[in-house]
Amino acid sequence: MSPRPGFVLDVDRSTPPTLFWHGERFSLERLPEGSRVIYAPEPIDPLKDPSVAIRAALNSPVGDTEPLPALLRPGMKLTIAFDDISLPLPPMERPDNRQMVIEQVLDMAADAGVDDVALIVALALHRRMTEAELRHAIGDRIYDAFAPNGLLTQHDAEDPEALVHLGQTDQGEDVEINRRAAESDLLIYVNINLVTMDGGHKSVATGLASYRSLRHHHNPQTMQKSRSFMDQHRSELHTSNWRMGQLIADRGVKVFQIETTLNNDTFPPSFQFLQKREWEWGAKDRLGYLAASKALDRTPTRYARQIFHSVKAPHRMTSVQAGEVEAVHKLTTDNVWAQQGVPVVGQTDILTMGLPYISPYNVNSILNPILVACLGLGYLFNMYRGKPLVREGGVLIMTHPTPWEFNPVHHPSYIDFFEQVLSETTDPIEVADRFEESYATDPWYIHLYRTGHAYHGVHPFYMWYWCAHALQHLGGVIIVGGDQDAVHRLGFRAASTLSDGLEMARDVVGPSPTLTHLHAPPILMADVQ
Amino acid sequence: MTRVRQALAGKQFFITGSTGFLGTALVERVLRSVPDSRVVLLIRPGRRATAMQRATREILKNDCFDRLRQQCGDRFDTEVASRVSAVAGDVATDGLGLDDDGLQKLSESDVVVHSAAAVSFDSPLDSAVEVNLLGPSRVAAAVVTATQRAANQGRVGPVHFIPVSTAYVAGTHQGEAREELLGGSRFSIEVDWRTEVDAARRQRGDTDAESRRPERLAQFSKDARGELGGAGLHLLAERAERLREDWVKKQMVRVGQARAQSLGWPDAYPYTKALGERALVSQFGDTVPMTIVRPSIIESALAEPRPGWIRGFRMAEPIIVSYARGLLREFPGVPEGVTDVIPVDLVVAAIIAVAGEALLDTGEAYRGPSVYHVASGVRNPFRYGRLVELVQSWFTEHPLYDSDGQPIVVPAWSFPGRGRVQRQLSRASKAMDLAEKVVGSLPIRGRQAAWMAALEEQHLLADRALGYVELYGAYTETEARYRVDRLMALWDRMDADDREVFCLDPAAVDWDSYVRDIHLPSIIEHARVRTAPGKSHQPTRSERSRRAILSPDRHLASFDLENTLIASNVVDSYAWLASRHLPATERAAFVADLLREAPALLVLDRRDRGDFLRSFYRRYEGAPADRLRDDGWELFHHLLLAKSFPAGFARVRQHRALGHRTILITGALDLVVEPMRPLFDDIVCAHLGEVDGKFTGRLEELPPIGEARALLLADYAEAEGLQLEESMAYADSASDLPMLEAVGFPVAVNPEAKLAAIARRRGWHVEHWHKADGGAQPVLPLGPVDRRGSLGRGRTSAAALSGAARRTAAGPSR
Repeated sequence: MSPRPGFVLDVDRSTPPTLFWHGERFSLERLPEGSRVIYAPEPIDPLKDPSVAIRAALNSPVGDTEPLPALLRPGMKLTIAFDDISLPLPPMERPDNRQMVIEQVLDMAADAGVDDVALIVALALHRRMTEAELRHAIGDRIYDAFAPNGLLTQHDAEDPEALVHLGQTDQGEDVEINRRAAESDLLIYVNINLVTMDGGHKSVATGLASYRSLRHHHNPQTMQKSRSFMDQHRSELHTSNWRMGQLIADRGVKVFQIETTLNNDTFPPSFQFLQKREWEWGAKDRLGYLAASKALDRTPTRYARQIFHSVKAPHRMTSVQAGEVEAVHKLTTDNVWAQQGVPVVGQTDILTMGLPYISPYNVNSILNPILVACLGLGYLFNMYRGKPLVREGGVLIMTHPTPWEFNPVHHPSYIDFFEQVLSETTDPIEVADRFEESYATDPWYIHLYRTGHAYHGVHPFYMWYWCAHALQHLGGVIIVGGDQDAVHRLGFRAASTLSDGLEMARDVVGPSPTLTHLHAPPILMADVQ
Repeated sequence: MTRVRQALAGKQFFITGSTGFLGTALVERVLRSVPDSRVVLLIRPGRRATAMQRATREILKNDCFDRLRQQCGDRFDTEVASRVSAVAGDVATDGLGLDDDGLQKLSESDVVVHSAAAVSFDSPLDSAVEVNLLGPSRVAAAVVTATQRAANQGRVGPVHFIPVSTAYVAGTHQGEAREELLGGSRFSIEVDWRTEVDAARRQRGDTDAESRRPERLAQFSKDARGELGGAGLHLLAERAERLREDWVKKQMVRVGQARAQSLGWPDAYPYTKALGERALVSQFGDTVPMTIVRPSIIESALAEPRPGWIRGFRMAEPIIVSYARGLLREFPGVPEGVTDVIPVDLVVAAIIAVAGEALLDTGEAYRGPSVYHVASGVRNPFRYGRLVELVQSWFTEHPLYDSDGQPIVVPAWSFPGRGRVQRQLSRASKAMDLAEKVVGSLPIRGRQAAWMAALEEQHLLADRALGYVELYGAYTETEARYRVDRLMALWDRMDADDREVFCLDPAAVDWDSYVRDIHLPSIIEHARVRTAPGKSHQPTRSERSRRAILSPDRHLASFDLENTLIASNVVDSYAWLASRHLPATERAAFVADLLREAPALLVLDRRDRGDFLRSFYRRYEGAPADRLRDDGWELFHHLLLAKSFPAGFARVRQHRALGHRTILITGALDLVVEPMRPLFDDIVCAHLGEVDGKFTGRLEELPPIGEARALLLADYAEAEGLQLEESMAYADSASDLPMLEAVGFPVAVNPEAKLAAIARRRGWHVEHWHKADGGAQPVLPLGPVDRRGSLGRGRTSAAALSGAARRTAAGPSR
């Protein structure tokens, strides 16, 4: 039986309660009759033999490029860059796509007698990965072969020696990227294209860039003009990255792009009910839900978080394509749409969503209030093509505990951003004008980013800019079950129950609103007509 | 012009005690109400101020002079300059310590008013004796000298001497006290004042000797250590010496009280005042024309210079405020008893009227010393029960508010006997003493410790309340009635105009309105208590002190590390580093060993931090230096940063942004603090010796802890041209006291109990910083299990290696 496509359910009297994520917990909520619930398509069938598919892709690339073996020769300088800890979500069960692809690339390089090979984690201004995380992503064999010799490095956007300025685009945008990558005879980029925002020219132009380069598209003006940033063709973020990618190619940097996609099989068997439609829950699902929610109710949040972050997703590779960046990325995007796209007719007054425990920036960490905002208003709000799911002036209701908690190792500048910046203003443009530079150039944050596992000082600003489009579009944001002080600091309103939240929303959108619930994860993209 | 003002116009007053409550009012009134008069003030010069500077600062700037200032307008300063002069001197010194100029000024004066006194009811016996007993005679002796000098210069010299005494010299016995000299009255007991003086002086010597006995000194040292912990030799010695001095003082107060009570006075004040009167009259009664003025309890002004004017907190005020705050639940007293209170302006008027009459040339010969009472008990009695009623109803209508903005409900007094109240209070005090000792021995810090300091404050307040009851209880039970026949006769002799200007009739006071509309509003204004509900919009004390700390004018901020910036210690760091490369099989044994040793380590650390560090660091002997240096980076990013106080790090950075120099001074090892180098301008820490790439386990120099820290900080500041008075020090424990005391702005961070108490007493700024809640919080400070399977142990991990590589690049870029 082939997997069923995504589905929009109209809630009626017989509809069972709907599952809402609430951070490290979840609940069943009864939505008003007439509400809509959008479900993701079922996981599509994975590749039968990924290694065969990978070899085929490397040998018959798309776009104007020769097969990979033909590009490899002895004495050449080869660099392999790959996506960092932010992908995929949750981290996938071993073997990871990156491991599978890089192992074959290295085999080919060895066959061709290439001995100057370096691996770089393309983490831009993200935190450096730990040894355990790297081992998980690329496997012990590669790790042990490269790391001890210093041939596996993590991109350092603050090391002037390790960067090279390639020039400016016709829009005056600086392009400054990793020197080793830029000066290699061949740069191979290995990605996991979890959502449509990822990949393409953004891989190199963002993943291997410096703050000097990133600030041209990571800013509130660009994000307000990206509608959405998940839709490459209507995204100023991508337009800028494509200009930069063009310049990188023009400067003679030869990029061989390898992109992979995953199906949305997000949770292991014991948590299967999380990705099933409620009215189809069987006895096992009901039991699973009961057991999980009762057990979680009795587990301190700290341990519940540890349990969830140890969950590995049973994602399977659904496609792999290699070759010239733009040609590769077109295929990739189509494959992502095939798994995630759900046609939806018309906008809604109120959009509800349950926020889970994880976002790209808190793997093995905590979803702090800024990341809560970014997950809801940045990522999930932008999961659309055409028009936003919620109408202009509508209300977004999210459920999440939103504790006033931060990880001091991963997010030190977030703590200060929350205390010092958001206490003054929540307007993204004012935030950028008044505070960005001092955080971006702060020597202590730079020190922690370079030597520890801290996100760069400027990163919380980017999280806030990610919300810029939604902040401009929405008439109100309500967090159900959120810590009042933290929610108010974000500039939102806190409600204790979903029905209270709906009451508050009616004050904004009128007495008989339409309501749509985004049933994610698993991730889905709404194609709104 | 009327009789009094006529008699005094153009005259010069010599006034002692002018910085006091009565003295200030007297100076103001003379200047304002006696035309062309001049005043000479006897003032003890301060350490940094001359007599005149003190007069300007402490007398003329007082709001007492607001009315005069308003009347004079621009002329105030010239007016004052031409009419007020100050001479340096001290009534506790023979000859008053007057220089030639001072003596000349005294000889040119017409009236001498002696209002200087040790009014505190708990003065040490010997100082009360010097001031109250010998003071009046010393002034009289100076008057005699001055008169001779005037005679030599062909002038008259001082015509009249008015010593101010107290109505209570007659004791608090039941019955009526007349306005007559002591000795003749039935109240007095004959004791020779000279014997009393000798005994008091000898007592000081004996008590001092007693305080220096080895057992006593040992006890003081022990108490100092109990209070400050391991604060270092110097501070402990300083504290022990202070405790000794306090002990001597307390003994002298006790001795004074006991002696006074044995002779029938409630305490040393009336006892020394009474003997002072006797000494004065017996020596100078015939030679110096004098009139003794004896007021009862002087309280805020009825009308002059303005209703409610008061200076300083006197006898009734602290009791009333304690009551309004709900601290004093009972106070003994007899409701039918008379509380003999007299507004200050009535006393001043009486003194001036007495002076006026003395200077009036009535043709009558001087018939020896006489006495005036200025008291209300007979003419206009004010019942204690009524006073309590008025106070209670006033505070019910105008409650004070606690720190949460909630009104404080005042208790109803039930007029219990003094013994019962005393027993209740001392029981409460003892219970709190015990609680404090128990809590003080627990290793608590931060908010619990602040709570502990609050307990200590409650204890202090209970003790103070007990003190009030012991001291003042007798006065509320006074059943003596001080007659004012002579005062009223004086009043009768005054003409209408004088009466208008110098009202001294106690009947003028309407007690209900005096208490409700004048006295209570005035003392509440002075008491700096909360009189409005709700959260205050004024910056709190803590906000103000934080603002002072974060002023750009400051110079240097020094920081302690453990529990000040990071909730961790040298043992944690060691455990993490030592377990970093330990096979999983050996970890359990390692943990068990360390846990077993923990209590002993804690004890050693408490006893002497230096010894503890030296002995503990031996454990590093033989450790590979390079590998530990690399591991130090991992330790910081995995453990220390997770246990850090983000607000503390933010504060360091804030100081740097303000242009302050920042320095970390810690006993932790260099390899542990190295990753924090970019946070500070400078770091001073401990260094281990190294031979052939291995640590020796011995420190290269003394660790920067305790007093060494204060010295180091002082040297650093001097070398950098920074001032410690303009600097901050952040620390968490009493053992950091030397560093905290060295600077102008000490900050106690999450203070442990002893430091919390000290910080609270001294008004130091306190910060409560906590760990970020979202970090990993390992139960045990152990390094991650080493997973380098195929490569074997002993080689540096890739993460640490790249960390080290990055460090080289990042090192100089702070």
